[in-house]
Amino acid sequence: MADQANTGRQETAAPTPAYAIELKGISKAFGPVQANKDINIAVPRGTIHGIIGENGAGKSTLMSILYGFYKADSGAILINGQLTPIPDSQSAIRAGIGMVFQHFKLVQNFTVLENVILGAEDGPMLNSSLAKARKVLAGLSRDYELDVDPDALIEDLSVGHQQRVEILKALYRQAEILILDEPTGVLTPDEADHLFRILKGLKDQGKTIILITHKLREIMEATDNVSVMRRGTMVGTVKTAESSPESLAELMVGRKVLLEVEKKPATPGAVVLQVENLKVRDEHGVERLKGISFDIRAGEILGIAGVAGNGQSELLAALGGMMRASGKVTLKGADLPLSGKGADGQSRRSAGIAHVPEDRHHYGLILDFTAWENVAFGYHNDPKYQKNALFMDNAALRADTEAKMATFDVRPPIPTLAAKSFSGGNQQKIVVAREIERNPDLLLIGQPTRGVDIGAIEFIHKEIVALRDQGKAILLVSVELDEIMSLSDRIAVMFDGRLMGMRNPETTNERELGLLMAGMSGES
Amino acid sequence: MDYATLLQILDSTLRLGTPLLLACLAGLFSERAGIFDIGLEGKMLMSAMASGAVAALSGSVWIGLGAGICASLILAGIHGLASITFRGNQLISGVALNFIASGITVLVAQALFGQGGRTPPLQGAARFNPIDLPFAEALSSVPVLGPFYAEVLSGHSILVYAALAAVPASWWLLYRTRFGLRLRAVGENPAAVDTAGVSVVGLRFAAVAITGVLCGIAGAYMATALQAGFGREMTAGRGYIALAALIFAKWRPWSALGATMLFGFFQALALRPDVVEGVVGRKVPVSLLDALPYILTVLVLAGFVGKAIPPRAGGQPYVKER
Repeated sequence: MADQANTGRQETAAPTPAYAIELKGISKAFGPVQANKDINIAVPRGTIHGIIGENGAGKSTLMSILYGFYKADSGAILINGQLTPIPDSQSAIRAGIGMVFQHFKLVQNFTVLENVILGAEDGPMLNSSLAKARKVLAGLSRDYELDVDPDALIEDLSVGHQQRVEILKALYRQAEILILDEPTGVLTPDEADHLFRILKGLKDQGKTIILITHKLREIMEATDNVSVMRRGTMVGTVKTAESSPESLAELMVGRKVLLEVEKKPATPGAVVLQVENLKVRDEHGVERLKGISFDIRAGEILGIAGVAGNGQSELLAALGGMMRASGKVTLKGADLPLSGKGADGQSRRSAGIAHVPEDRHHYGLILDFTAWENVAFGYHNDPKYQKNALFMDNAALRADTEAKMATFDVRPPIPTLAAKSFSGGNQQKIVVAREIERNPDLLLIGQPTRGVDIGAIEFIHKEIVALRDQGKAILLVSVELDEIMSLSDRIAVMFDGRLMGMRNPETTNERELGLLMAGMSGES
Repeated sequence: MDYATLLQILDSTLRLGTPLLLACLAGLFSERAGIFDIGLEGKMLMSAMASGAVAALSGSVWIGLGAGICASLILAGIHGLASITFRGNQLISGVALNFIASGITVLVAQALFGQGGRTPPLQGAARFNPIDLPFAEALSSVPVLGPFYAEVLSGHSILVYAALAAVPASWWLLYRTRFGLRLRAVGENPAAVDTAGVSVVGLRFAAVAITGVLCGIAGAYMATALQAGFGREMTAGRGYIALAALIFAKWRPWSALGATMLFGFFQALALRPDVVEGVVGRKVPVSLLDALPYILTVLVLAGFVGKAIPPRAGGQPYVKER
């Protein structure tokens, strides 16, 4: 019904402006950091427009300005050809802009309906607003495949459904322009496909959609035009059909990027890690690893593929000394204790195992601590960090951090900055630097590129391969099948706490691995 | 224990539970909006002194009530300024206000009246007097319910009925109005409210103001209805008991009524050691009875009442993020 009203309005307004949004000369600085520099962009009405750029390129800042969260230092915003100042979110909503944030802005213990009407109620009493919203929602879900139970509590919904609620919120406010900030980061591939179908449906109804992402595949799949941002500036806008992932990646990073990992064939040496019948029970007594056996040789990357939650995390935790386990594990012939004394992160590190945990925010870093403090974690007893028996040599630690930051191209290279102030990719580089620079015999690395931008992904992949070429053993756990396929020398698929056999990345394919990940296999 | 005694105890329960109920609802509004308020006690105390003093000076209990509400609102405003505008620590602000109230009330009362920090005894129109509900006499002959109506429900001051009416009113406001929806949302996820184009600061100040008004009524009730004048530390920890009741009630208005009346019942029992002795069959020290509400408070706060999930954004100042 909202659409009809709007198309009517467009027909009467004589020449329909071609652009739904035009940003002219937008600049925004946070203290010394210039987040946006003289940004110009024009988004044609009724298109899906991608904005791509690495983490920290200024995409989110730009969209926050468009949504009235920040005020630009200079520049102008034109909506439908009209100069429209947007000092706050309310003005943005009035101008027909809806935003779906990366972190949803939903009230967890409210129903879908309550979340949808919040801030857009019709009057001081709720009942009429709720009744109206129920009707509108029924219409919207019919038109756009946006089915959600209006009476469900948000906390009971899957992430994909929560995102639909966010889209419904925007549509309920009659948004004609929908901005989605990294919408697929939290979605399964299926949910992402569904989202793109919804977006296409919205586009067909004449809505304008801005899709912010750092995933090239999504841009290629879903957008009509794409604008590329790099370090606060807009480096170009191209038609998606006339571009390629390689050319976009180059625009994003400012140099040629290898989307494929370049690596020589492995030359496996002696067995470094031998795992026999490893079993892990979680705190509820549920068996999460049901007796798995494998080995990794020097100079070899073993990739563990699988849908999240099939025991990969427990495997890393058990080998990393973070979880008690049973079975037999030897590192270069020496037994590793799996429970009791010696089964802890510290002992594992001194045994020569470095660990880049899956969840860097919970186990890899302390976000409120500085970069140099984070570099010390796990290695704080290192003699070179000690001044004397009582005090640590913080200056040495800072200098060491500075050196690591230079080697790993961490930006900005400031050791005294809190870990939370770095982008995801740079945070991960700090963790990887800390672990790899220790020259371990075995590297455990989980989800090495989760929430990491392209430039950093390329860098981290290169480092992993370089470590392998130095003759180290690497256990790689990732839910990204692409990553597993391109990095691994051997692939094991995990399903329900078991290994579903080994595959050679040269001879297997995504389909075969996908079946194994779903627990279907001819063997075992 | 016979029915008449039970009615007497229930009558005291209502009388003693009323300030707890008002304070509990006060805390409910604040905490539902995400502002922890440990300063309920201080606001009540401030209001008790202000209302007692002004009622004594003016001779009108209504002017006293107004003064009490104003005094409580001032403290609420300071708490709002500290915790909303300046994003300070809400616990520290609350504790500080309690200390200020504890000292300033005695100081002002002493300066005004020179009676050792008390206000003069209130009489007549300077006090809220009991009112009889209609037909209390006529209905008292109806078995069971009649005496309950006449003895327990009837014969309280107007503020008791106001407190009881505040329960459904709060429920209605929270769950049936736009304001209530936004207020609950701002305590759960202020970012959701902010992105919806509604002022987080405005909502939180509104909530804190309601807290101020309700605490003001609670304090005025203490000094001008429950007792006849202000005395040093006369709230005796009721603000903290109300906070415990709030957790017990899981931040819901009707449960708040039940929880505060339970605490009120224990306070009423402490007044009747003879009854307790009759029921238990042995002498129970009065000091133990006096301590019962506080023991219950500790048990509640220690989490013996099951899982109580506070508003998710409670205690955290709202900072816009990217």
